Amino acid sequence: MSDKIPVTVLTGYLGAGKTTLLNRILSEQHGKRYAVIVNEFGEIGIDNELVVGADEEVFEMNNGCICCTVRGDLIRIIEGLMKRKGKFDAIIVETTGLADPAPVAQTFFVDEEVQDNARLDAVVTVADAKWLTDRLKDAPEAKNQIAFADVILLNKTDLVTPAEVEEVEARIRGINPYARVIRTVKSQVPLSEVLDRGAFDLERILELEPAFLETGDGHDHHGHDHGHDHHEHGPDCGCGHDHHDHDHDHGHLHAHGGGGLKHYHDEHMQSVALTVSGDVDPEKFIPWVQDLAQSDGQNFLRWKGILSFKDEPRRYVFQGVHMILDGDLQREWKPGEKRDSKLVFIGKDLDKAKLQAGFEATAA
Amino acid sequence: MSSPGSTDTSLADYMRPVLAGSHVTATAFLDTTAVFALGDGTVILANGETTSRLNAHDGASILVAVADGKHLVTGGDDGRVMRINSTGKIEEIGKAPSGAWIDAVAVGPDGAVAWSAGKKAHVRDGKGALFTLDLPSSGRGLCFAPKGFQLYIARYNGVTLWFPRTQGTPKEVAWKGSHLDVTASADGRFVVSTMQENEMHGWRLADNGNMRMSGYPSKVRSMSWSHDGKWLASSGADAAIVWPFMTRDGPMGKPPLELGIRPSRVERVAFHPKAPVLAVGYKDGCIWFIRMDDESILQARSAGEGGPVTALAWSGDGSMLSFGSEEGSAGVLPLPKV
Ligand SMILES: [Zn+2]
Ligand SMILES: [Zn+2]
Repeated sequence: MSDKIPVTVLTGYLGAGKTTLLNRILSEQHGKRYAVIVNEFGEIGIDNELVVGADEEVFEMNNGCICCTVRGDLIRIIEGLMKRKGKFDAIIVETTGLADPAPVAQTFFVDEEVQDNARLDAVVTVADAKWLTDRLKDAPEAKNQIAFADVILLNKTDLVTPAEVEEVEARIRGINPYARVIRTVKSQVPLSEVLDRGAFDLERILELEPAFLETGDGHDHHGHDHGHDHHEHGPDCGCGHDHHDHDHDHGHLHAHGGGGLKHYHDEHMQSVALTVSGDVDPEKFIPWVQDLAQSDGQNFLRWKGILSFKDEPRRYVFQGVHMILDGDLQREWKPGEKRDSKLVFIGKDLDKAKLQAGFEATAA
Repeated sequence: MSSPGSTDTSLADYMRPVLAGSHVTATAFLDTTAVFALGDGTVILANGETTSRLNAHDGASILVAVADGKHLVTGGDDGRVMRINSTGKIEEIGKAPSGAWIDAVAVGPDGAVAWSAGKKAHVRDGKGALFTLDLPSSGRGLCFAPKGFQLYIARYNGVTLWFPRTQGTPKEVAWKGSHLDVTASADGRFVVSTMQENEMHGWRLADNGNMRMSGYPSKVRSMSWSHDGKWLASSGADAAIVWPFMTRDGPMGKPPLELGIRPSRVERVAFHPKAPVLAVGYKDGCIWFIRMDDESILQARSAGEGGPVTALAWSGDGSMLSFGSEEGSAGVLPLPKV
């Protein structure tokens, strides 16, 4: 795993600040060599021999599965890049503002050679603080890009009021409470916050409590000192209701104490976090997720899990995009580490009760 | 021939190693000179004890290369197409727009060369006339038809059949999915592609009949026709999968031969140019010669060093085999008579 090349996927709606970030990555002195796959070749102002133009060719896999799409150009380009192995440290894939992130992510799980050589490190979405709320209403691509993200740069925060920043961040949280949201001006962010995150290692799933993620404690979690992760500790939201239970009216919002950060629930894009205390039985769990992928995978944009399998010293880590799943046993549980099994889903029209019941039935 | 590793271990003693030092994209023979096109942009020429290295794609990487026995044609991630002869003379014969890579190259009749970069395919005929075709999706694999001046272009959802000197819309043979490499039988009856979906697809041109060749555990990325055109060998499994093409219907309804089963994936296949012998290169670095009639095996290279075999080629007379690997080992093996 460690000698696989990390790949950062850079998405974002038109004009959000993606190119600014890309040019910064390429011009800053960080001692890393990046191969960059871009769509608009002319946009990159920096001379870099390893910039290659992509076509965003989305190919359906000829296997009867409608959501099995990959980026044919990415497969071809990564195959070519491997002939230069050792000459670069990481790959950045820029997508157009209209691109669906699913085929990009699926490419890293579907194509065997790509999977052997590269690993998806993080999907980084650059969002425009001024326009995102509008785009979430009129552009399904923009919503998908937020839902898919591991890291969201909430950019151009200087162009809106603090209240508007709170508002748009609440909108983001309503769709994707698991991404790290970083507020920026002119895409100014320490690159270590964006690159080589290992976000796909999914550690955050275990560390984050969804209820906490949805709170605001009145100060800016993101605008200062990126040396540590504010999301890993702090007061519980404690607002006492289940944010993910969707038998309430769509569009529900409420404010509560502390910072008064609003809570939005997107009408069709939600997240669900599930926990089983202790072990699950792999003999039950694996068939369940496979069936779930077939029956409901179309609605799952991203799903991730860290599982404690019965009689298994290592953690089982898996992730899925739509119907495509990828999982393996990774590091051992540490002494004293609480062996819980956790799953998160980000997707459309999620049925939490059904998912919860299904997951609980796999308990060992 | 006999079983591997018994009385024939001496074969490896004839091997002349070539220090490539970089991913070997392709190897070929220009007359008696073995050439190696490399991921660091250089080309090595090896003739007997003499080797030289050419800086063909300065600072770039050679992504694809093919030869016609006299010239090696290379395509790089610098967007350049270069032609090199056995004396080391290099000329640039094509260039893609900035930022585009050369995705495929092919050599054709009378010194014609073809290349593709993104959604454009180009042909330069022997007199230097240039023809360009816009494609519906990236041209992933190229080969010239065995007869006439025609280029086959593998792409998403089929293969384009293009007569560069003819106006009008090119013909195509269609099959859903992403087609990677393409080859044509010497008699011109069959076109065969490799696919993203771990299978090969063939078309009978006479009636556009489809032939699915599936069941591979991995992608097929190497194909080779036997000298008599009766067999098509392929990589992508733990044996070379060799399909019969001797009848009008091609391999339909007939099982393929599985030659050289080993606990490693076949990466490259290369039929001997004059005899029914197949050279097979594996992921673990091993190379076997397999004789078709009795399936006897001769080990040309043992597993272990240099990583997966990425390139295999016979000299035109079949007296030498050259090979290269992912991690930059390479060599030339002069053969005892087979
Ligand atoms: Zn699918
Ligand atoms: Zn709350």
